[in-house]
Amino acid sequence: MSAEDHGALTEAVFYILLALHEPRHGYAIMQGVQELTKERVVLGPGTLYGALSTLVEKGWIKALQDDKNSRRREYVATDQGKAVFQAELERLEELLTHARLILGREES
Amino acid sequence: MKKRVFRFYANYEKEEAWLNEMAASGWHCVDYLFGRYLFEKGEPGAYIYRIQLLEYYTNHAESVTYLEFLEDAGVEVIASHLRWVYLRKKTADGPFELFSDKESRIAHYKRIIYMLLPLALFNFLFGTGLLGRVRPINSLNLGAALLLAVPIISYFKRLQTLEKENQIRE
Repeated sequence: MSAEDHGALTEAVFYILLALHEPRHGYAIMQGVQELTKERVVLGPGTLYGALSTLVEKGWIKALQDDKNSRRREYVATDQGKAVFQAELERLEELLTHARLILGREES
Repeated sequence: MKKRVFRFYANYEKEEAWLNEMAASGWHCVDYLFGRYLFEKGEPGAYIYRIQLLEYYTNHAESVTYLEFLEDAGVEVIASHLRWVYLRKKTADGPFELFSDKESRIAHYKRIIYMLLPLALFNFLFGTGLLGRVRPINSLNLGAALLLAVPIISYFKRLQTLEKENQIRE
């Protein structure tokens, strides 16, 4: 991972990487994220597709079928993508720990 | 009932707003080609319209996959020309926004600016006679440059606002 890969993920990328721990096609990602977040995160089709092609370029996810023209192309997270996701979870946990630490101290 | 309307829009957001106004009054756009819009009379407000500039031409494999995915999501492609696509979705099927975050809105504005800016510059250089053999000022090219400059400035302003917000929150 390069230094650039340590920044915060956008919410769209976070949920796409999470959804792609199993192979899914675009529409299934959209629906899955919508259900999981109880419609708080509704990925726009343009946003989702832009993110998918960027993530493929970065090597964080890959398209499953060889036939690029295939309808309902499925994607899955690569090992690199999963590592990035794991690093992001650790970063988020650190944020929460710090917030609780400081706020907890102020409250008591 | 059908009707044809001829119009020219340099700014796609204004064009999109107009299509939605027409839809609200019961005129649903079903086709578009070079300034000619075809409308069909129907139930007022039955559709939400969106216009998008794709990264590739509409027959490119990436675009084909995207357009098929849109179909799955209940979005209808009513027309396309070059890299522009005209989309609509039934209002009854819920909200229809192509972009749900700032990053992707920024990317879309940038894509449009990158396409329009060289065209505007080329027309400006030809129009002023800085480029080419036509020495007297060429008002046709200058006019085109000006026509392109207006939406480019509008997109730039939106881009700036989005990027400023982007520094604070996602």
